[in-house]
Amino acid sequence: MSTANGLNLTLKVWRQKNDKVKGQMETYQVSDISPDSSFLEMMDILNEKLINEGGDPVAFDHDCREGICGSCSMYINGEAHGPGREITTCQLHMREFKNGETIYIEPWRAKAFPVIKDLVVDRGAFDRIMAAGGFVSVNTSGNTQDANAIPIPKADADKAFDAATCIGCGACVASCKNSSAMLFVSAKVSQFALLPQGKVEAKERVLNMVQQMDDEGFGNCSNTGACEVECPKGISLDNIARMNREYLSASFTADKK
Amino acid sequence: MTKLDSKIPEGPIQDKWTNYKNHIKLVNPANKRAIDVIVVGTGLAGGSAAASLAELGYNVKAFCYQDSPRRAHSIAAQGGINAAKNYQGDGDSTYRLFYDTVKGGDYRSREANVYRLAEVSANIIDQCVAQGVPFARDYGGLLDNRSFGGVQVSRTFYAKGQTGQQLLLGCYSAMSRQIGKGKIKMYNRHEMLDIVKVDGKARGIIARNLVTGEIERHSAHAVVIASGGYGNVFFLSTNAMGSNVSAGWKVHKKGAFFANPCYTQIHPTCIPQHGDQQSKLTLMSESLRNDGRIWVPKKKEDAEAIRAGKLKPTQIAEEDRDYYLERRYPSFGNLVPRDVASRAAKERCDAGYGVGTNETGEAVYLDFSSAIMRYGKEQANIQHIHNASEAKIRELGVDIIEKKYGNLFQMYEKITADDPYKTPMKIYPAVHYTMGGVWVDYNLMTTIEGCYAIGEANFSDHGANRLGASALMQGLADGYFVLPYTIGDYLANDIRTGEISTDLPEFVAAEKEVTDRINFFINNKGTKSVDYFHKRLGKVMWNKVGMARNAKGLTEAIAEIKEIREEFWKEVKVPGSADSMNPELEKAGRVADFLELGELFARDALLREESCGGHYREEYSTEEGEAMRDDEHFTHVSAWEYKGEPADAVLHKEPLNYENIELKTRSYK
Repeated sequence: MSTANGLNLTLKVWRQKNDKVKGQMETYQVSDISPDSSFLEMMDILNEKLINEGGDPVAFDHDCREGICGSCSMYINGEAHGPGREITTCQLHMREFKNGETIYIEPWRAKAFPVIKDLVVDRGAFDRIMAAGGFVSVNTSGNTQDANAIPIPKADADKAFDAATCIGCGACVASCKNSSAMLFVSAKVSQFALLPQGKVEAKERVLNMVQQMDDEGFGNCSNTGACEVECPKGISLDNIARMNREYLSASFTADKK
Repeated sequence: MTKLDSKIPEGPIQDKWTNYKNHIKLVNPANKRAIDVIVVGTGLAGGSAAASLAELGYNVKAFCYQDSPRRAHSIAAQGGINAAKNYQGDGDSTYRLFYDTVKGGDYRSREANVYRLAEVSANIIDQCVAQGVPFARDYGGLLDNRSFGGVQVSRTFYAKGQTGQQLLLGCYSAMSRQIGKGKIKMYNRHEMLDIVKVDGKARGIIARNLVTGEIERHSAHAVVIASGGYGNVFFLSTNAMGSNVSAGWKVHKKGAFFANPCYTQIHPTCIPQHGDQQSKLTLMSESLRNDGRIWVPKKKEDAEAIRAGKLKPTQIAEEDRDYYLERRYPSFGNLVPRDVASRAAKERCDAGYGVGTNETGEAVYLDFSSAIMRYGKEQANIQHIHNASEAKIRELGVDIIEKKYGNLFQMYEKITADDPYKTPMKIYPAVHYTMGGVWVDYNLMTTIEGCYAIGEANFSDHGANRLGASALMQGLADGYFVLPYTIGDYLANDIRTGEISTDLPEFVAAEKEVTDRINFFINNKGTKSVDYFHKRLGKVMWNKVGMARNAKGLTEAIAEIKEIREEFWKEVKVPGSADSMNPELEKAGRVADFLELGELFARDALLREESCGGHYREEYSTEEGEAMRDDEHFTHVSAWEYKGEPADAVLHKEPLNYENIELKTRSYK
């Protein structure tokens, strides 16, 4: 690859064997990294080097490498998914860094996301919140009514879509000083609250999902807005406002015990 | 020896599925509670199957290697999903979707399966809308459609460039509901490492917990493989990093035939490779070909100047551009099927007209400038802006393109640092999808009794080439609407079986095999990383078993892959331990399977002495470079039986009978 403009970098990487032991930052050098490489390709190069030297490669979550699966989750230089807006770690490219720079790489840090190994955390709490109400109760019988039977105003459909683009990566939680999951939960609540299909169960949904969120140990929202800034999909704080409205009205009017 | 019986129901094609459903055995609700089903993979096929089977009342155990079922690679599908709704009134019908799919597959798919797919396609859209999937809508509040390659109607439903994501999240929602009820037991971060057969029937799997390294036995009355495609045999592809063939390959090694491994889809519009350290390729949705025009310079010297960085595409005059798809295929133009578009791009680049400024020089342009001006003029009219300046028209046009493809343009810019609103995108074909896969009959059952394969993991519906927006359709059709019926017909015989014990000797033996292999990797004192071998395999596959194949190259590839495989088993180095999270160990197991599949793949390509769909043999083409089928000798499915070394695999042929569609030379001219 182009050695002329290759980058030489110092990496400070969080290493932790498992959730039982303490972790620490370790220092590594990588050299001649192409500015066109992605951040994760740089991590691949580091790992290849570690393997060849008889070391233990750094574990990190990644899969699609095109910004949609939500697996990758690195806290880079103090920011979820690193510098740049509306990107995931896998979409970050090395042209954003300068030759000779030191880069700090940490896992998501939140009580509800325990570290499994190195940069890999357990985001199972998100799945459990979804199982508490993140759905429309309809069976796959194939006998539902025709898809065009209920027209949905384009503006509502578009807003629901924008909320539905959340990839469940957890950057919102990692960026929040309270480790709150409000942006994640509100995106799902909003998607369904905006659509007629979701209205039927709207009250139970918001109550159950918020209950589960609290049970998982996420913090409260203090409207700082860091989540919105770091969200790779640009999920808006408006969703949190909508969820608060939904929650308030549901807690007064729902038929729940 | 197993005889291939496709079990296609009798009767006229439009009645087959209805008649079939009316005559299968059913399992009553109380009995379903006593039956367990394992589903491996949670993409559109696996996710929809797991949710539907759980709704029906079966106890489902679902497995995925990712940390959540929501991350399966179906999520990355961009463009859309086909369905014969005919909402646009442009002449679409079940028959036409069936016909387009068979023709698009170059007459190498099974008619009855494809017809059923077209038949249930409309239900998928109804179902997804009921689940709250936010498809794109027009201002009247009704669903919008767009067009995809290889068809002349607009039947593709979409959610911007994130249709796969929205559909998968729909599936995941449906799964979540069943997980909450305890009807699906979800095993995240688990990888299936073998299937367990008892008395010839699939009765369970051996899986590794990827967090603790623990080897686990799981039993069930049926096993469903929904683990996706094997494009990563090429190392570089648009698949996710973890996508692999292992689940399919394990069942193959235990008796499931593997069909048409050589049918691979090379997608024409991907971002070109930037260098040797690249880990994966990124697709740019086919939907872009609705508005983007593909071209290279007419003059070789212009192409050379571009490659040298001395000339910009925007400096090349209109008359010096060669819109080669529009030139060669006037009736379909930029919307020819993927295989045709890919080969045409390769042809231009091989002839010296490529415009890639990267090391390979391979790229063609995908240009939106005329679409931007066209939409801009339309908007100027709508907004009553008379005598709009060119800059204003451009601005209005950019706005429309942004609304349609914004996220794709943004994705392109992030990767390449080029602004596609101002300069054409550079694209080149890349491995994207595999039409081949585990052989299944009409019931989607493999040649192992009680073992099913659905979605991309099976071979059945796309023949030798898949049309755009049909993968999502097939995955959901299999999982929501086909398997839930067909599996019941089989499980009706298991209502008195009771729980399968995991202490059976078959489980013990399978577990030992798995543990031995893991221990081998950990203890092997090799010198080279897993990726070293994977990259070498990928190079052989791409150069000799890629877009254009010939007997000499394929013969060489077979020998070379065998050599790499032998070296791999001697020299592979896997760090770390077996009893903890160890991504290198996971990769080693997957690459070991790719090294076997790759050889069979090349053998299959060598034996298929014709060109069809994505399988292009240079020896079998017309003077104009179009593919030449040999219907007399090759109108069949090639299904391979495992016998040890890939070289010993035995070929079985399932003849393909076309009763409703006449075989023709595919023409998009």
